[in-house]
Amino acid sequence: MSENTNPKVGLFVTCLVDLFRPNVGFSAVELLEAAGCDVHVPRAQTCCGQPAYNSGDKADTKEIAKQVLDAFEDYDYVVAPSGSCAAMIKKHYPEVFEDDPALLSRMKALSDKTFELISFLTDVMFITQTPGEFSGSVTYHDSCSGLRELGVKEQPRKLLKSTGVEVREMKDSEVCCGFGGTFCVKYSDISNAMVSKKTQSIDDTGADMLVAGDMGCLMNMAGKLKRQGSKTEVRHVAEVLAGKLDTKPISGS
Amino acid sequence: MELTSHNLKSNAKDALGNEQLQRALGNVPKGFIDKRAKAAAALDEFEALRDKGREIKDHTLANLDLYLEAYEQKVIENGGHVHWAKTAEDARRIALEICQKHDAKTVTKGKSMITEEVELNEHLLNHGIEPVETDLGEYIIQLRDEKPSHIIAPAIHLNQGQIEEDFRREHTHLDEDRDMSEPETLLAEAREVLRKRYFEADIGFTGANFLVAETGSSVIVTNEGNGDLTQTLGKVHVVMASIEKVVPTLADCSQILRILARSATGQDMSVYTTFSTGPKREKDPDGPKEYHVILLDNGRSDMLGTEFEEMLRCIRCGACINHCPVYHSIGGHAYGSIYPGPMGSVLTPSLAGVDKAGTLPNASTFCGRCESVCPMRIPLPKMMRHWREKEFEQHLQPKAARYGLALWAYLAKRPKLYRALVSFAMPALSVLGGTKKRISSLPLASGWTKHRELPAPEGRTFMQAWDQREALKQEAN
Repeated sequence: MSENTNPKVGLFVTCLVDLFRPNVGFSAVELLEAAGCDVHVPRAQTCCGQPAYNSGDKADTKEIAKQVLDAFEDYDYVVAPSGSCAAMIKKHYPEVFEDDPALLSRMKALSDKTFELISFLTDVMFITQTPGEFSGSVTYHDSCSGLRELGVKEQPRKLLKSTGVEVREMKDSEVCCGFGGTFCVKYSDISNAMVSKKTQSIDDTGADMLVAGDMGCLMNMAGKLKRQGSKTEVRHVAEVLAGKLDTKPISGS
Repeated sequence: MELTSHNLKSNAKDALGNEQLQRALGNVPKGFIDKRAKAAAALDEFEALRDKGREIKDHTLANLDLYLEAYEQKVIENGGHVHWAKTAEDARRIALEICQKHDAKTVTKGKSMITEEVELNEHLLNHGIEPVETDLGEYIIQLRDEKPSHIIAPAIHLNQGQIEEDFRREHTHLDEDRDMSEPETLLAEAREVLRKRYFEADIGFTGANFLVAETGSSVIVTNEGNGDLTQTLGKVHVVMASIEKVVPTLADCSQILRILARSATGQDMSVYTTFSTGPKREKDPDGPKEYHVILLDNGRSDMLGTEFEEMLRCIRCGACINHCPVYHSIGGHAYGSIYPGPMGSVLTPSLAGVDKAGTLPNASTFCGRCESVCPMRIPLPKMMRHWREKEFEQHLQPKAARYGLALWAYLAKRPKLYRALVSFAMPALSVLGGTKKRISSLPLASGWTKHRELPAPEGRTFMQAWDQREALKQEAN
């Protein structure tokens, strides 16, 4: 930690937020600043490397991981508005460098200070209130990586409830939505079957809005909901918590 | 092992369009998930037992040669015979030789995935010997000439009505007007038909859930008791099991038994847990005259010392399959391998080669639910990823996927070029989304847009917008 009591946070924007949903990035900045963090956005970031890692391309994964390491290792914390990208850095970077002792120790240090946004706010910054206000009802989908690799489960629900939101639990909120990175295009029919079950569970809650902590899952579920003509709005949980609801929902209204 | 895994996509499509199958698959989550969760929650030491189970298996695998030899010696001391089968073909040959030596006409079989793996039934039939499956599920699929669709519930892809039809077609000696509306009546009918077959059979084949080195015992867990009749009523009992089934002691076996049924069906214990140790002794009232064990390797010893060794901890409980959302969608047959679901996606490429079964480890979202329930804490997604690495190294992935990945990686490693490109592309793509903020079809993105809208980008990228914010801040200062 720096001498200044405000921790220096390097925001890992994530490629999908950068490309598709900047509002999530600005919501993250707002939440982090409201929590007293000094937020920086390193220029040399593109992606965490999951597409390469999950396609078996270790060499490119390593190069991308080193790029992230160089860009982020000097911050007190690295925070990403995604369980999946945060888990990639926190859990998988050290695995990738298992046989490289010099880099491994640096990767472990990076791992130790990397967090998913919402759990960082609650578990590290001890935030119990966020700036956003929303009087409707939401249903929260537990994205797999955040849930199983990082233990993100109650944190977003607690913060959502603190904004006055009614959280309606859907059936099987912990079951995968069928996104799975390239899985959703490689096995699009299976993915479709999975997301169709998910949108059914979402619709059954009658909630005004679906929220989750990962853009990949959100784009998948939003894309299916809109194809089905559903009126349910879809947003990243950070947007609701930051109260940045002026931007149109993901995939429109 | 006949594989049609390369057809996974078309198999999956057929499965998704098969209403009967989809109805049957609807019962999988209901039938297994809650029961496992309750059983696990009711046992304080469940998580500790998972650690212990992993420890036992890791220790055994590190000393597998020693424990196998110790096991062999005990079996021989007990008056049994041990046969080592390097390949599936060896296992079939040895099994047939035993049958022929005893002039067997029919053999009964307890439920065994290993005999499925080596395709024993086909081999026996080709040599004029009739195998009779005695596990209800296996019996049903044998009537239908199908393969199991699940490692512990082989007929789970069927609905009751289909089974009733099969029984009416096959059991022609029974009253045509009999009432078969209750599942229990189906069970009773199968039991009645099978009872006679036990006594006719010359040899009984079983698998083994454990082989205990300390005592030379083979252990089976069943719920129907068919395994006991199979192994005690024939003149000869043949156990066919793979080498990683060995555990050092009875105590080790008992520890793992405590998590096996809980993970599988949510039972504290299966209804029958049967230890069999050698042939009938002089003063025993019953039991087989001969006791044989065929130990199958079939590629497993090659997994030792590799990134796939941990897969050999698997105790075939089926929890990973029961919790897999991909399996829930397509069922077991679509995988085109005798071992479906996550465990099959790791094991099958080990047994058959990643060039033949590479689709399997790719058909996963890496949701991690399998690993979270695996009693032996096998890191299934991690090992599926290792298979993808092997595929990548051997250039086995489709060209389009490889080139796409290479192009993406090229850009991802060059932030400036990447930035320049996306700063142009994303606003353009955003325009395509119009006021609805979504795109219904897009060239090169049909995999996505076939089933769902593509959410349109907001416009400028975050980095573009952030740069502007920072620049304004600078100006203000």
